[in-house]
Amino acid sequence: MNWFRRSQPAIKPAEKKSSVPDGLWLKCKKCGTILYRKEVEANQHVCHNCNFHMRISSRVYRDILLDEGSFKEIGGELRSKDFLKFRDTEDYHKRIRHYEKRTGMNDAVLCGSGTMDGLPVAVALMDFFHFGGSVGSVVGEKIAQVIRLALEEKRPLLILSASGGMRMQESTMSLMQMAKVSALLTRLADAKLPFISLLTDPTTGGTSASYAMLGDVILAEPGALIGFAGPRVIKQTIGEDLPEGFQRAEFLLEHGFVDRIVARPELKQTIGELFRLLQGVPAPEKV
Amino acid sequence: MAIQTALDFEQPIVEIERKLGEMRALSDGTGLKADGEIARLEKKLEQVREQTFSKLSGWQTVQLARHPRRPYTLDYIERLMPDFVELHGDRAYGDDHSIVAGLGRIGGVHAALIGHQKGRDTKDNIYRNFGMPQPEGYRKALRVMQTAERFGLPVITLVDTPGAFPGLGAEARGQAEAIARNLFEMARLKVPVVSVVIGEGGSGGALALAVADRVLMLRHAIYSVISPEGCASILFRDASRAQDAAEALKLTAGSLSELGIIDAIVDEPLGGAHRDWDGAASSLEKAVLSALEELLGQDPQERVAARIAKFERMGIFDAD
Repeated sequence: MNWFRRSQPAIKPAEKKSSVPDGLWLKCKKCGTILYRKEVEANQHVCHNCNFHMRISSRVYRDILLDEGSFKEIGGELRSKDFLKFRDTEDYHKRIRHYEKRTGMNDAVLCGSGTMDGLPVAVALMDFFHFGGSVGSVVGEKIAQVIRLALEEKRPLLILSASGGMRMQESTMSLMQMAKVSALLTRLADAKLPFISLLTDPTTGGTSASYAMLGDVILAEPGALIGFAGPRVIKQTIGEDLPEGFQRAEFLLEHGFVDRIVARPELKQTIGELFRLLQGVPAPEKV
Repeated sequence: MAIQTALDFEQPIVEIERKLGEMRALSDGTGLKADGEIARLEKKLEQVREQTFSKLSGWQTVQLARHPRRPYTLDYIERLMPDFVELHGDRAYGDDHSIVAGLGRIGGVHAALIGHQKGRDTKDNIYRNFGMPQPEGYRKALRVMQTAERFGLPVITLVDTPGAFPGLGAEARGQAEAIARNLFEMARLKVPVVSVVIGEGGSGGALALAVADRVLMLRHAIYSVISPEGCASILFRDASRAQDAAEALKLTAGSLSELGIIDAIVDEPLGGAHRDWDGAASSLEKAVLSALEELLGQDPQERVAARIAKFERMGIFDAD
C-alpha cells in the first residue's frame, strides 16, 4: 500500500494574517463605529474614529515592526508538554493541540531576528490569541533562546508583551520562567545590549512582574491594560469599583512606570530610533 | 499540651494524646500502675502519626502550610538569630510590616535575613497585612540585600506569603515593577543567597524573595503559581474544587523536588513544625548552615553564573 503514502509534504494552510473575523466590515469594540476592514488593516488595526488599538497577533506585529522579509524565526520546533498530566475542565495536552491548530503557532510567542529600518534586532513577540499569551516552559525557553541570540550576535532586544500571566497548567514550573528570563536579562545588561520592553493589551500577572517591567526603556500602546493583579481580583479585595482608567497605559505613565506611550503607527520608528540612540548608531539618512 | 486548632486529619492524633495525658495524670495522682496501658497508647500514637504524615494529600499539606500555629519568620529569627537587628523602610515610600528584614548572626555566620511575616491573631494580621507585601516590602527587601552585598554578607530569605497584595495602592506604586526588580537583582547578587519556603510560597509574591543559589523547602510547605482556591475558580470554574486543584498543582516539597524546582527538602518534626517550633528551627538552622558553608567557599563570579544557569535550565518541553 506504499503508493498511498504522501511523498511530498502536505499543503499547509496559509498563515492567518489577522485574528479579526472575516467580513467586509467590523465594529470598533470601544466606540461602536462601523469600519471598513481594509481601511482598518491599512491603519494597523487602530480605529479611525477613537484611536482604539485592537488586539492583533504576533505575525501582524512582525509585519508592522520589521523590514519586509527580514524575519528569521527561532524556537519554532519546541512543543509544550503536559508533564503534570494537568486536568481542569479539559486535559492540558488537549488544550495545547487546540491552540496549535487554531493559531498555527507552537506557543504564545514568536521569536527571531530581523531588521528595523536596516538595524539588526532580536525580537520576542507575544501572542494573546495563543493560550491567552500565557507563559509556560516553551515561552520561557523561546525567550531565553532569543536573549542568547542577542548576546551572540550583539543585537538589541525587543520583547513585546501580550499576556495574561503564567500558565497555571504548568504550575510552579511556569512561575520559574519569570526567574529564568529575568536572570538571563542580567547577562544582556552586562553585555550593554539595549532591551526595550513594549507593553500591549493586556500585560498582567507574572509577565508584568518579570521581563515586561525590566526594559532599559519601557513603551506601551495607548489604552493597554497593564498591572500585576487583574482588575477582577482587585475589585474583590477592595469591594468597590475601580477608578476610571486604572491600570491603563496612561495611568502607568502618570505613575512613572512607563517611559512613553506610542501609537501603533509610530512604533517602528520610535523603537528603531531608541535603539540607535542607545547604541550610538547615526541617524538614518533622510530620503 | 492543649491544641486548640487541630486540623480534621489531626483529630485521631489529638484524641490519643488526650487519652495519654489523662492516663498519665491518673497514674501520677493515684499511684495506679498503668505503665502497660501508657506504653500501648504511646506506641499507637507513634503509629497513627507515621500513617497520617507519610501519605498527606496535596490539600492536607496546604492546610499544614497555613496552620495558624505554624512558626513564622520572627519565630525562627528568635531561635536562629537571637541578636537580630531589624531594619525598616524602603527609602522611597514607607515600611511594609509584611516583610521583616535585618542583620544578625546564625551559627556564628554574619548574615542578612529577610522574610515574609504573617500575623498570629486578627490585630496582628491587620498589622502584617496577612503576610501580603506591598511594593515597599519588596523594595525594602532588595535594599537590605544590596546592603548585605556591599559588606559581603550572605543573604537568607524565609518565604511565607499567600501572595503579593492585590490592591489599588500596590498597583499604583508598581507591584509588578517591584517584583520584577527583585528577580533581576537577586539573580546577580554577588553574595550567597539561600531561600527557605517555610509555609506558603504564593506565586510571584514568593518568588520575589526566592531567586537563590539554594532554594530549600520545609517538608509541609507549599509553593505554587496560584493558590488552589484561585486555580479552582479560574480553571475548574468552581471555587469549591480547591482540593482537586491542590492535587493538580503539585505544590508539595516532594513534587517540586522531583521537578528540580527546589534544591532540597528540610524535614520537620513528626506531626509538623507547629507541634515543635524548636525542633523545626534546629532542622532549618542545620540546612541553612550547610548550604551557606558550601556557597561561601565558592568564587563569587562562578556562584552568580551557576545561579543564573540553574534557573536557565528550568522548563520541561519537547524539542523536536
